[in-house]
Amino acid sequence: MARVTTGITTSHIPALGAAIQTGKTGDDYWSPVFEGYQPIRDWIKQPGNMPDVVVLVYNDHASAFDMNIIPTFAIGCAESFKPADEGWGPRPVPDVIGHPDLAWHIAQSLILDDFDMTILNQMDVDHGCTVPLSMIFGEPEEWPCKVIPFPVNVVTYPPPSGRRCFNLGDSIKAAIESFPEDLNVHVWGTGGMSHQLQGPRAGLINKEFDLNFIDQLIKDPETLSKMPHIEYLREAGSEGIELVMWLIMRGALGDKVKDLYTFYHIPASNTALGALILQPEETAGEALEPRKIMSGHSLSAAA
Amino acid sequence: MSDKKKERIDIHEYLAQFDDIPGTRVFTAQRARKGYNLNQFAMSLMKEENRKRFLADESAYLDEWNLTPAAKQAVLDRDYNAMIDEGGNVYFLSKLFSTDGKSFQFAAGSMTGMTQEEYAEMMLKGGRKPDGVRSIKGGY
Ligand SMILES: [Fe+2]
Repeated sequence: MARVTTGITTSHIPALGAAIQTGKTGDDYWSPVFEGYQPIRDWIKQPGNMPDVVVLVYNDHASAFDMNIIPTFAIGCAESFKPADEGWGPRPVPDVIGHPDLAWHIAQSLILDDFDMTILNQMDVDHGCTVPLSMIFGEPEEWPCKVIPFPVNVVTYPPPSGRRCFNLGDSIKAAIESFPEDLNVHVWGTGGMSHQLQGPRAGLINKEFDLNFIDQLIKDPETLSKMPHIEYLREAGSEGIELVMWLIMRGALGDKVKDLYTFYHIPASNTALGALILQPEETAGEALEPRKIMSGHSLSAAA
Repeated sequence: MSDKKKERIDIHEYLAQFDDIPGTRVFTAQRARKGYNLNQFAMSLMKEENRKRFLADESAYLDEWNLTPAAKQAVLDRDYNAMIDEGGNVYFLSKLFSTDGKSFQFAAGSMTGMTQEEYAEMMLKGGRKPDGVRSIKGGY
């Protein structure tokens, strides 16, 4: 049977992709970020850690979907997905190769479990999907595993509630565990953390909120899932609402998790960045050493 | 239907809360409807041939999109706050600033009234603090 072995969270901002593309990953601004990801890049190459398939939860940023079609939860069932042209030409990264058998299986299972999925047989994937792959896998000729893109609407209001996302994660777990092939499956939750990209309040960062969010995500996601949208908006900025997608990842890991690695950094362009490796407690591996890294302005005492 | 299925959110309360966040315009259905043509124009810039045509004659290209005069002027001025007032959404509008070769940091900074240098400096120092900008009514 297929198993959900791991949840990873990561930022997906385009500036990270641009830093890779322009060879800036070693400069003063970006090197702490890429150093913070290096332990994840090393970890995932260890025997047993490389997934066969990643269910990659992200939001489309007005790329595959325009104002004409706005699916709340969608799943990519195609054989492959091309990087989208978001206004500066497509990111020069490999096509994303899907896993149609598992994707269709998940889609069917979720619909039977009362989640009315939108099924996508043709879609381009934007930075929300491809930047996480670059951050975790670097710049390979082709991605080392299959990827099922799982776009969630967090742009046009209302996005799904945290509660709904958390429950969806649980249903994704059940769906994966009923797939007959023996597969190591990861569920990644991307986006966040606190950031606001619009209006006079742009540039908002809330370190205290972010660190609490990480803590509760690990220890008490049940309570965290009840946080209303307004609190995300007030505390984490208008684009911080992306964090509801982390609850999908968390819901797919079951009751108790072990945090293998936590990285938190301020700022990456306009955002605070969080990257975690979590595993279900029963099947968790060794924590990384060091287990927690804070860098950039996140180290300063004042929150 | 004897027992209540679940706690329902009151849609009017839900939407009204959004007006209480300083300096923030949440992309509600009302804004999405108002900005439909503006956002669809921005989406059209995902094609290289459209970017070329737009940059060659912005005004003529914009006339193809049935924009309000205010929306058209906002685009010509690259006034992102004004575009958001016209129902634009930053992820749609990103196609416009990407066409100009500008970043999210540039666009976000341009909406704050700060210079690019001041905005970059604020971000390096940990970003804008949430204190005092969470709620207009609550003042916290
Ligand atoms: Fe995003």
